[in-house]
Amino acid sequence: MEAEKLWRILTAMAVLLLAAAPHHHRAGAFQSDELLIEQEDDLGAAIGGGAGVGVGVDPVTPPRSRKRYSDAAESDSKFQFPLEHAFGDSDFSPAGTFSARLKTWSHGPQTLTKLRFSRNALTEVDKEKFQKLLQDDDFYRIRLPSNVLSPPGRDYIVSSIKARCLPRDGLDEHFVIHMDGVNILAVNYGPPGACPYPRQLKLPAKWSFNSHTILKNSEQAPRTPVFAEEISLGENGEAEVVKPPEKSFWAKYWMYVIPLGLIVMNAVTQAMNMPPEEQGGGQPQGAAPAQRGPAAVRRR
Amino acid sequence: MAAIGTRVLSVLLFLSLSNLASSLYEDQVGLMDWHQKYIGKVKHAVFHTQKAGRKRVVVSTEQNVIASLDLRHGDIYWRHVLGADDAIDGIDIALGKYVITLSSGGSILRAWNLPDGQLVWESILKGSSPSKIMLIVPTSFRVDRENLIFAFAGGCLHAVSSIDGEIIWRKDFAAKSLEVQQVIQAPAEETVRVLGYVESSQFHAYEINPRKGDEIKHVNVDFPGGLSADTVLVSDDVLVALDATRSVLLTILFQDGEINFRKTQILSLVDDSHGVVEILPCKLADMFALKTNKFLVLAKVMDGGVVELVEKIKEAAALSDAVSLSESQQAIALARHENQKLHIIVKPVHDWNIDLLKETIKIDNQRGLVHKVFINNYVRTDRSYGFRALIVMEDHSLLLIQQGEIVWCREDGLASVIDVTTSELPVEKDGVSVSKVEQSLFEWLKGHILKLKGTLMLASPEDVAAIQNMRLKSSEKSKMTRDHNGFRKLLIVLTGSGKVFALHTGDGRIVWSLLVQSLRKSEKCDYPTGLRIYPWQVPHHHAMDENPSVLVVGRCGPSDDAPGLLSFIDAYKGEELDSLVPIHSIVQVIPLPFTDSTEQRLHLLVDANQRAHLYPRSPKALTIFHSEISNIYWYSVEADNGIIRGHVSKGSCSHDEDEYCFDPKDLWSVVLPAESEKIVASETHKINEVVHTQAKAIADQDVMYKYISKNLLFLATTAPKGSGEIGSATPEESWLVVYLIDTITGRILHRMTHQGSQAPVHAVFSENWVVYHYFNLRAHRYEMSVVEIYDQSRADNKDVLKLVVGKHNLTSPVSSYSRPEVTAKSQSYFFTHSVKAITVTSTAKGITSKQLLIGTIGDQVLALDKRYLDPRRTVNPTQAEKEEGMIPLTDSLPIIPQSYVTHALKVEGLRGIVTVPAKLESTTLVFTYGVDLFFTRLAPSRTYDSLTEDFSYALLLITIAALIVAIFVTWIWSERKDLQEKWR
Repeated sequence: MEAEKLWRILTAMAVLLLAAAPHHHRAGAFQSDELLIEQEDDLGAAIGGGAGVGVGVDPVTPPRSRKRYSDAAESDSKFQFPLEHAFGDSDFSPAGTFSARLKTWSHGPQTLTKLRFSRNALTEVDKEKFQKLLQDDDFYRIRLPSNVLSPPGRDYIVSSIKARCLPRDGLDEHFVIHMDGVNILAVNYGPPGACPYPRQLKLPAKWSFNSHTILKNSEQAPRTPVFAEEISLGENGEAEVVKPPEKSFWAKYWMYVIPLGLIVMNAVTQAMNMPPEEQGGGQPQGAAPAQRGPAAVRRR
Repeated sequence: MAAIGTRVLSVLLFLSLSNLASSLYEDQVGLMDWHQKYIGKVKHAVFHTQKAGRKRVVVSTEQNVIASLDLRHGDIYWRHVLGADDAIDGIDIALGKYVITLSSGGSILRAWNLPDGQLVWESILKGSSPSKIMLIVPTSFRVDRENLIFAFAGGCLHAVSSIDGEIIWRKDFAAKSLEVQQVIQAPAEETVRVLGYVESSQFHAYEINPRKGDEIKHVNVDFPGGLSADTVLVSDDVLVALDATRSVLLTILFQDGEINFRKTQILSLVDDSHGVVEILPCKLADMFALKTNKFLVLAKVMDGGVVELVEKIKEAAALSDAVSLSESQQAIALARHENQKLHIIVKPVHDWNIDLLKETIKIDNQRGLVHKVFINNYVRTDRSYGFRALIVMEDHSLLLIQQGEIVWCREDGLASVIDVTTSELPVEKDGVSVSKVEQSLFEWLKGHILKLKGTLMLASPEDVAAIQNMRLKSSEKSKMTRDHNGFRKLLIVLTGSGKVFALHTGDGRIVWSLLVQSLRKSEKCDYPTGLRIYPWQVPHHHAMDENPSVLVVGRCGPSDDAPGLLSFIDAYKGEELDSLVPIHSIVQVIPLPFTDSTEQRLHLLVDANQRAHLYPRSPKALTIFHSEISNIYWYSVEADNGIIRGHVSKGSCSHDEDEYCFDPKDLWSVVLPAESEKIVASETHKINEVVHTQAKAIADQDVMYKYISKNLLFLATTAPKGSGEIGSATPEESWLVVYLIDTITGRILHRMTHQGSQAPVHAVFSENWVVYHYFNLRAHRYEMSVVEIYDQSRADNKDVLKLVVGKHNLTSPVSSYSRPEVTAKSQSYFFTHSVKAITVTSTAKGITSKQLLIGTIGDQVLALDKRYLDPRRTVNPTQAEKEEGMIPLTDSLPIIPQSYVTHALKVEGLRGIVTVPAKLESTTLVFTYGVDLFFTRLAPSRTYDSLTEDFSYALLLITIAALIVAIFVTWIWSERKDLQEKWR
């Protein structure tokens, strides 16, 4: 068994070595590529969808009055909630706006759909602050309200990232917002790809954010399997059990065959050596009882 | 049907093949495990010595244990551990054959058979409102009476037949708004008296017919000054009480249907008393005891209610209840400390100047003060009175003292283990090893000859017994030095009494014990409690000449923001090296992965304001910390609020000039919606866990990379309704949400909802998986789920050529700030038992496969192979998967009787399981604690790296010797024959 496994692994390794180059592998552009795939995946899984808007499109004046949100929510179930950011230990200031539609399901729960995000352009002051963060390898912090209908809810959801992780061409950021109805539980904030350590100081070419947003709701746990269909499975199982003849004779019986072969070989060599050694090897045993007589006689 | 049968059979066959690993043969019990039985701190004790062949004492304890102890040796005849919420309020012996217990706040009355502890009957008493709880068992039963016992609880007096537990009658006093203080059944009289207050200004006395429960007489007196609830019954017709201001003593006499008062100013008794005065609840027959902040005051009530001072005791002392020697004579025992000696004095009540007994005993300093005394009298051979005293000490130990000697002593502090850590034993060197356990060569040889006999089936029954005894008492396992396999260690346990014990893993004996001074009540620290124990200094470089030390973390009070305390203890000598009392509050202790030059581990203690304090407070530690400060993160879980926050240090504290204090900066927060989620459990990796391989090879020559981050937090929340007891919520209104959160960035890596499930949740986190246990309301069963988390960003590293050339990212440092690309797999299974604790085996290098150790509701430990909780299990595994060792999917987890680690034993009141790796990779040490202690050694994949202990070296040697002899003999023969051949 073990040997066969080993053999399989060895062959597999050999095959791998031979066919190494064409093995599926992405290089270079895999970051953006993967991100899109993941977004689509999440769109399928989650109810909301993400949209990457960025490049400092219209600098919407930070809508800070609460009244406006509630108005919007009431009228056409469209509403907005703010993103705020802070540089290092500074206070939070508006950084952008999320807008979404609120979908009310017949059985009660409300969910968000069509989440869009527009980020304010960075002001000169912000740029300076950000540069300082990059120099110090300090944290860039963002926060969101924990309840989108009545911000800030119980408390703000805060998330931070080392500023040096963000710069690529522009400033690439990636939000995964974990929702439960109209509540935001947490936000995963960071670069869309890796942030290699140690972090190198790198200034972005463009001072604008490139944002990607994903909305996630909780998954349902897989149900515990209940074996109601056990009978049919049992039959399948039996069919499976009958299969073993697939194994080659050699694989199954090598442990018996090899010793047998050795014994046979041994026997053969012995048989070949037999005639000359007949007197030398065979005699002492055969002669022993015969010899005891004379010895005894001699002693007498 | 047949198909099912064969299938079941095949599964069973498979299980039996794969699971013999952890089972044990009968003669192996006790070889590498030990079990110790305890009862806890004694609350009440009742002696049973009259005309009984076996002298015994029945005790109830703070750990909700009732036990019958052998008075001669202190062994347990029988004991019962009642549930955690079934606290015992009173015990007594009725009819000379039943032990009566009143428990659960006076709602359950039980009778146990005295000789063997069988439950005879049980009655549920229904009360109407909370009140004092009293159990009255008449001392003398007459044949013609109905043998009633009286239980007062919940504002009602119940008369219960002691024969079958039938409730004869019940009288509700709460309806009359009477706060009952005392219930008396005078042996001489036919009535039961109930005394109490109404609105603490009226004193009422009822006389009740004990047979039917009807009221015979009722008198009451107004007392305008107000009364406090502190009362004590001095005799059958005198009650002593304190008034509402606690400055006046009232002696209330109720004789012949009349009530008379007499007031005594406490100041007239004790002229320099300060603070709150309390009446001690001792039944002292014509006397009572007051406790002020300075003294213990003994006073006597004379005729007419006159109170007379008897004695003022300055030292720490304890009083027993009175025992009656004869009709008229009663005696009290007083235990007091003086110059580290314990004096036990028994005096008759009527004449305080006589000492019936005066004994002085030298007592171990580590036992602290006397907390309780119970006395029992007997008649000596010279017909005089003798006394034995049962003493409960500060460290919860129980001592029996008779004839000036400690007859036996039980270390019952070990019933309340709070936390455990381990320490290596000293390295073997001259002078250190305890050589008395070394044995001579002759004995060694004799032992092996015996073993050989056993192996060759030549041993007589006596020999077999001797072999078994030898194996059990193998001196090898109880040596005081380090062994090659790492089986011998010191278990250092912190107990609820503030005492620290070091137990030897070989045989469980106490190597040293220390009543930690800083964990004792003092002026600086009112109610100290121990919280955790950590290894503080583990010398590797100087292992020969430095002792390791442990850190005990405690707190002065029950709340989180109470001041903390630290104590450092030498792990070999059991001496307190240093202590810090009181310091800032302590809510979290984070051992950092750095040690300073003296190999003291750096610890970060987080206080209630989330400020971090660095220990040890040395400049060297500070330099180490400063160089790593940017990579040190911590988090806090506000369980009540449903908020989790991540912090990083911002720099030294702004409010004071303490350079070892660091202000926090909030990095992230996760806010759970209060209306739908409540935190019920959180779990992280063990700090010292070792992961051997990052990759998991799966059946089809594929590789999956485990997502191994030390900074993962498992969190379980339920709907607020689902956090109560099972059955309090319907499946629709309860759900369980589980999270995997990265504690550096606050990212939620995985989030999943189990609909229709609820708390309690028990979880264990190891490597890249979490296993958790909860209740499924829809299926009406307990379930266990597993979540495994895999790293996708490394999934491409399968290309052998690339691995060879070095084009892979396996060695690059992992940053939490990178976007994690993970996938989580999950599967759930039914599990029959409810669970008290759950943990996982841990081995030195993490190569050995893992077993889950589950503390079941039956107080046993079940080892369950992790392979049963593998989310890749399918109903029909392919041939390749079968070879990998995958078990076909079943809907429930099997409970195989042989896989109980505790075999036939029970660890009563199981609270925790600790696993410690041995040096031998295959083996893990398991320590289970509750009221009992249990220790064993486990090899989840059998001991593949060593010979078993009972391997017969002698047999091997003898075989080799015999072979050599045979070779020589045959050689000589053949030589001789050759010679003869040639001479022929």
